[in-house]
Amino acid sequence: MRLEAHHLDFRYPKTDKWILKDVSLTVGAGERLALVGPSGSGKSTLSALLSGCLAADAGTVLWDGKPLPVKGYCPVQLIRQHPELSVNPRRKMGKILCESWTPDKALLEKMGIEERWMTRWPAELSGGELQRFCIARVLGPRTKFLICDEISTMLDVITQAQIWRLILDVTVQNGLGLIVVTHNPALAKRVCDRAIDLTDINAARP
Amino acid sequence: MDNESKPVVLSVEDVGVSFRMYAKGLRRTALPVIRSLGLDVCAGEILAVIGSSGSGKSLLAHAILGILPGNAEVSGTIKYNGKTLTSALQKQYRGSEIVLIPQAVDWLDPLMRVGKQVIGTKGSKEEMQRAFARFGLSPETERLYPVQLSGGMARRILISAAIVGEPKLIIADEPTPGLSVDLAKETFLYFRELADRGAGVLLITHDVDLALHFADRIAVLYAGTTMEIAPTRDFLSGADALRHPYSKALFDALPQNGFRPLAGSQPYAGDLPRGCMFAARCGMRTDACFADVPMRSLRGGEVRCIHAT
Ligand SMILES: Nc1ncnc2c1ncn2[C@@H]1O[C@H](COP(=O)(O)OP(=O)(O)OP(=O)(O)O)[C@@H](O)[C@H]1O
Ligand code: SF4
Ligand SMILES: [Mg+2]
Repeated sequence: MRLEAHHLDFRYPKTDKWILKDVSLTVGAGERLALVGPSGSGKSTLSALLSGCLAADAGTVLWDGKPLPVKGYCPVQLIRQHPELSVNPRRKMGKILCESWTPDKALLEKMGIEERWMTRWPAELSGGELQRFCIARVLGPRTKFLICDEISTMLDVITQAQIWRLILDVTVQNGLGLIVVTHNPALAKRVCDRAIDLTDINAARP
Repeated sequence: MDNESKPVVLSVEDVGVSFRMYAKGLRRTALPVIRSLGLDVCAGEILAVIGSSGSGKSLLAHAILGILPGNAEVSGTIKYNGKTLTSALQKQYRGSEIVLIPQAVDWLDPLMRVGKQVIGTKGSKEEMQRAFARFGLSPETERLYPVQLSGGMARRILISAAIVGEPKLIIADEPTPGLSVDLAKETFLYFRELADRGAGVLLITHDVDLALHFADRIAVLYAGTTMEIAPTRDFLSGADALRHPYSKALFDALPQNGFRPLAGSQPYAGDLPRGCMFAARCGMRTDACFADVPMRSLRGGEVRCIHAT
């Protein structure tokens, strides 16, 4: 199984500047790719296209040879940089955590998610604590591919190490593919087995 | 660097910040998010503040600028050039002598072109253009609105806006996430230049590597308080040169070092332990750690740990 992007073009609505032009990319299940490139080069935009959060103007995204489902759970999941923007502020953490599956106790323990946080609102947790929920909730069996867009820059290095160790364990265990957007070369080296610079595969110059 | 001889630009003395919250049935409770925090920044110095997510770093920045939300209460003393910063003084200096580079990119005015925001009330068009060139923003960027920027572009706009003019105290709150290594370096280099011209810089960052290259001293925060203040060279020489078990753990967690996590999590402000805030995760803990742990001098730095040697 693999995630494929074929000849993707994209520009934001009501603009005439192409952000992505003729971008193609293949990442197999079990592979771990670092997506790098200068600020503004379109890494977040590509991540959103690959996970079905945005639709391309041209080109296709395929998982396991088929287009991403328009309805229902997407096997390709995106974790974004800002956890506070990724959760419903009017839902308690226990609910948010179990939105798509019910993580077991062992996983929660490994992630450092504490039982008494479940009854809190998102605003009552720090960024690092909240990001752990955002990650735990997509590590279920229906996720086949994970895209992490700068998920750890706002975290202290201890929390970063904790979270990356766990993500790597789960990707190996469940045979997931992984794309990691990061500006930190040491992190890319630790976590991924190869790297692609988006400017090398993008015909547009945003 | 010999701090004794340099004038102190900013001194934060025993500062506490707590939020008035409404618990069930209109009962008011206070949530103490910062406690007994002390540090100072000298002229010509970059003090990096690192530490756990949620340890109160941004709130410290906001307390210095006097821009905490209305339900926050500040105790202790914050001085600028030896004078206690009252809210009148904060207002007078904010944006001119004392500037903030905020962490959240939504501080930009969504309805104003970014070039105009960078010029602000004190800058000139030339200064803006120089800042843009320096941070790799094309001249056309000037005409964009905030929604049209990527995360990294917005961050460079915030930096440009803060540094036009000649600030004396720069408080930078996570200025580099999302920037490439080169741009982050350029930003830190700029802070270094400002410091070398006599400004004080308080640099809050998770980017320990860059902090190590540009800061003079490093303050480590955990659960709302200072755990260690050390010269940067101690961080460069490794975990053994550091004093606090938490600082050592930070060092070991870097991807280029052990990438070793630490079990457990930081205590929640509404539910703080007695004594040392780090006790629950500390391998050196003894019964004595559950009493008050004051900051003390040790090997040319300061540490809040009774067993540190
Ligand atoms: N809503 C929008 N409308 C118009 N243009 C946009 C919008 N969002 C982003 N852009 C543009 O898309 C380009 C790529 O943005 P994107 O956020 O994907 O970059 P990035 O590589 O992730 O950058 P960074 O590393 O700085 O976050 C930028 O040039 C930006 O100006
Ligand atoms: S005071 Fe005790 S518990 Fe706290 S860091 Fe030092 S040894 Fe550990
Ligand atoms: Mg981005």
